[in-house]
Amino acid sequence: MADKRMTEDEVVAELESGMTIGIGGWGSRRKPMSLVRAILRSDLTDLHVVSYGGPDVGVLTAAGKCRKVTYGFVSLDSIPLEPHFRSVRQGGLLPEFMELDEGAFYLGLLAAAHRVPFYPTRAGLGSSMLAHNPELRTVVSPYDDGEELVAIPAFEMDAVLIHMNRADRKGNGQFLGPDLYFDDLFAMAGNRTYLSAEQIVPTENFLQEGSVHTLRIARTHVDGVVEAPMGAHFTECPPDYGRDEAFQKEYAATARDPELWAQFRTDWLELESHEAYRTKLDERRSQ
Amino acid sequence: MSPVGHDEAVGDVTLDEICVVALAEAFRGDGEILCNPMGPVPVIAGRLARATFEPDLMLTDTIAYAIEGNLPLGGDPSNATVEAYMPFRSIFDQVWSGKRHVVMGAPQIDRHGNQNFAAIGDDYSHPKVQLLGMRGAPGNLINHVTTYWIPTQARSFVESVDVVSGPGYDAIARLPEPSRRFHEIRRVVTDLGTYDFETENRTMRVRSLHPGVTLEQAQEASAFELAVTDDVPESRLPSAEELQLIREVFDPSGVRKAEFR
Repeated sequence: MADKRMTEDEVVAELESGMTIGIGGWGSRRKPMSLVRAILRSDLTDLHVVSYGGPDVGVLTAAGKCRKVTYGFVSLDSIPLEPHFRSVRQGGLLPEFMELDEGAFYLGLLAAAHRVPFYPTRAGLGSSMLAHNPELRTVVSPYDDGEELVAIPAFEMDAVLIHMNRADRKGNGQFLGPDLYFDDLFAMAGNRTYLSAEQIVPTENFLQEGSVHTLRIARTHVDGVVEAPMGAHFTECPPDYGRDEAFQKEYAATARDPELWAQFRTDWLELESHEAYRTKLDERRSQ
Repeated sequence: MSPVGHDEAVGDVTLDEICVVALAEAFRGDGEILCNPMGPVPVIAGRLARATFEPDLMLTDTIAYAIEGNLPLGGDPSNATVEAYMPFRSIFDQVWSGKRHVVMGAPQIDRHGNQNFAAIGDDYSHPKVQLLGMRGAPGNLINHVTTYWIPTQARSFVESVDVVSGPGYDAIARLPEPSRRFHEIRRVVTDLGTYDFETENRTMRVRSLHPGVTLEQAQEASAFELAVTDDVPESRLPSAEELQLIREVFDPSGVRKAEFR
């Protein structure tokens, strides 16, 4: 059986500029931040990021890594609008974006996971969603009702990054928190999917921590596994840890001032490895 | 301008409590659906409606579970009895099933009920102010009942919205019949009164005014002309039981008052 373990930098070495990259999690919840930071310190650019956005979209757009973002929202949850994303949007600095109803976004993932061109929905009819996204088309039901629906296109993604509580070295993943979000669909939809996890455990240990219902990522959809304790920090990753609200507040405050932001990037986001990040985090906590 | 400040009680009742009850009233008759309010005042209102006159409502802990009982605002849900698992995916499924009534905010709303909480400014690629974005508004409005909660009417009632995140009655009327059959804006509740769309041309009508608010004041705090049909009643006051539930059970620390700035 293949051992799919790799490091963050090895994952990023398999990515290329211009790619479409899906990022799992939801807002400021269980985001694969150690992988996001690895992208940030790489020379990758011109990316199209697909995400239920949180600080992943915030840091990547504020650092100028993105050509396009497809999103249902970009939020830090306890701070309703991601402040770095706000600055990027208000500055007109994001060349392209597709903003969808957040339920419609689920259908784009589902269509990609199922390899169909679209899924239909009523969401978007009557709102500005269609006017803002002229590439979106509608379909007419082939049945007698003849209803016209919005066809949410499949989100084709070159690579997908997700973070789980546990994984095995073969690529099976386990979530132990309250919500999987849409990470199983992200995993299926990605041409290549990379899974980071708080801990890599022997397969037979999975059921010690959660029921079979928590085993929602199957290794058929996973190409690489990264062990990253605190890998979702500062987003939440329950039950392993909650959101680091103090850290998030500091991060959010740097959106006001380019100098503060540059300093924060140097201090936290562009450290040479996740290990270095964790060491620095430990120091911060002992202060 | 609002004569019912939270420090300035009508009898013993404050504006925030009148608004909670006005929002709770929006759920009257809903029966067995998912009541999904967003924000402190609406959440208290949903929980109050279930605790009093609408016992069959389902409510979430705002994380991933539908729970029984009277959970206080921000209270720890871990000891509450879970009656259903409702992660975000199930919430979307619930939206599309139609068995849901949502309460959202509306930084901008027009006479037809078009709501904007996405962005302010003419150019969407370069907004003056980026707000929340579309979030779930397009899907909510076209699939099930929606109510809006607006703590500062004078800022929000605009002649026209910059972006339509939640479509109003004119936008819906332009759609073919099958697309519009599930759309309903039940109520708009503000710091001055409650509004509905129960007029012939489906424009916003004054349904009730909070104690001490005059029609002139409500109109002055709106960029469009409010429809007025009959004599406008006063918004109803909370009962003693409702006041006790709001003050002692759902929000003892008074978080709700922070929405009125």
